[in-house]
Amino acid sequence: MLDKIAGWALRKSPWVCHFNGGSCNACDIEIVAALMPRFDLERFGILLQGSPRHADVLICTGPITHQIRDRIIRVYEQAPEPKFVVAVGSCGTSGRPFCGKGAYSVMEGVDSIIPVHMYVPGCPPRPDAITYAVLKLLSTLDPKLADVLAEFEKSIPGIETMVQEGEPVAG
Amino acid sequence: MAKITFPIGPQHPALKEPESFKITAEGECVVDVDIRLGYVHRSIEAACLARNYVQGQYVCERICGICSHIHSNTFARAVEDLLQLEVPARAKYLRVLVAELERIHSHLLWLGVAAHEVGFDTLFMYVWRDREVVQDLLEMITGNRVHYGFTTIGGTKFDLTPQMADKCTEGLMVLRERTEYYKQVATTESSFLKRVEGVGVLTEQQARELGAVGPTARASNVPYDARWVFPYDAYPELDYQPITSDLGDVLGRTIVRVLETFQAIDICEEVLRRLPEGDIQVRAKPRVPEGETVARCEAPRGEVFYYIRSNGTDKPARVKVRTPSLANWPATIAMLEGAYVADAPIIIASIDPCMSCTDR
Repeated sequence: MLDKIAGWALRKSPWVCHFNGGSCNACDIEIVAALMPRFDLERFGILLQGSPRHADVLICTGPITHQIRDRIIRVYEQAPEPKFVVAVGSCGTSGRPFCGKGAYSVMEGVDSIIPVHMYVPGCPPRPDAITYAVLKLLSTLDPKLADVLAEFEKSIPGIETMVQEGEPVAG
Repeated sequence: MAKITFPIGPQHPALKEPESFKITAEGECVVDVDIRLGYVHRSIEAACLARNYVQGQYVCERICGICSHIHSNTFARAVEDLLQLEVPARAKYLRVLVAELERIHSHLLWLGVAAHEVGFDTLFMYVWRDREVVQDLLEMITGNRVHYGFTTIGGTKFDLTPQMADKCTEGLMVLRERTEYYKQVATTESSFLKRVEGVGVLTEQQARELGAVGPTARASNVPYDARWVFPYDAYPELDYQPITSDLGDVLGRTIVRVLETFQAIDICEEVLRRLPEGDIQVRAKPRVPEGETVARCEAPRGEVFYYIRSNGTDKPARVKVRTPSLANWPATIAMLEGAYVADAPIIIASIDPCMSCTDR
């Protein structure tokens, strides 16, 4: 019974928590822009929450620096089950362009420490793509959202190429 | 009364970025603040040494996602100085145009965040809606909403067509009208004034001693603006004065930023009127002669300073970046001491902190 209510609440009003894992702020302001009147992620019942303990979806940005690594694992563990992770930005998905030659303090993206359900590449991705990624994640939980998703795909041609579903395995 | 020490951050609802403050409070008053930086350290300066100048500019642009043009512009100017390249006049004006559009977007973004910190979410939503106007202009000119990739070593990558210039003029008219409204809200709305008046005071002497830069210093009546103290690009030909306020509190910083938005709109319009014809780019050699140089630019948050040493190859020997947010932290501690704990978020937000700039 309780699971049923929790599942219903998750589908109807998923709460997201944003965590910056060492990004350059670009993805972060695009995430906020996605929540603002023009793109309006809130029309799907999504609410931005400060605390990971209230969150269903964690939106992570950045390549994950060594300094923030332990914090992001702690934040992930604090979020209640079921939880989903969206990795935003090129650095969130792969660590590029920060990791690689010469860089001594960055890891290779969010999935190097926590399982990721949806990737949104781009430097930074457009707010449309972030909205679409969250919507697609929700449509796997609530089949009724399929119509909204189809409409979204029709209004912005090529949007489905902007996100990539992940295979969540702990890194 | 007993002193209590409590941590804020690195993950905290009032902070949008990972940063950590250890605040010691006596009752409701802050008596001591300790800042822990470094959570966003991405070793960009070291990464630059392993990349050539063109790739280095790409990485440096990603130091900050809000003032990205300023970082790539300052890097390019430093390298042009080493190469002794003269940039075409049209490119200089176009760089100023994008820099000022970026200033408009950054100041509007800040006004929204500040309104959110004082609990005025309606203004937050309004400002961010209108910010989309300038985001659209930047996307039209450069092709991207945040990392523009507009400046290149030796000029700019994209040109401005007459149709784009017309759209810019239209967009700037909308922005001027809306900024007029925000100026009225920020200076007369009593619920906003009660939260910002007399909060986080920084005196002129403190601002000078602690090395504050940008709007934080100018709100304390220090007329320091790298655009006119060390003129670069097309700024020597544009005759404006730094905007200052003698209030020194959060209200002063709000007023300075709102008036700077007007000034940026004025500069954009003048640039569109005076835009010279000609090339936008000159060819730059990949190998840079031996030498060292510095370049300064006025970012929306204050002065950005680059030091580049070259060893004659296509890769730099040292890149040092000093960003405005880092310079403003000592001033923030001075502002926080003696303030109420409840005012800490708006005081921290009032310097427009950018952790990704600070830590690099």
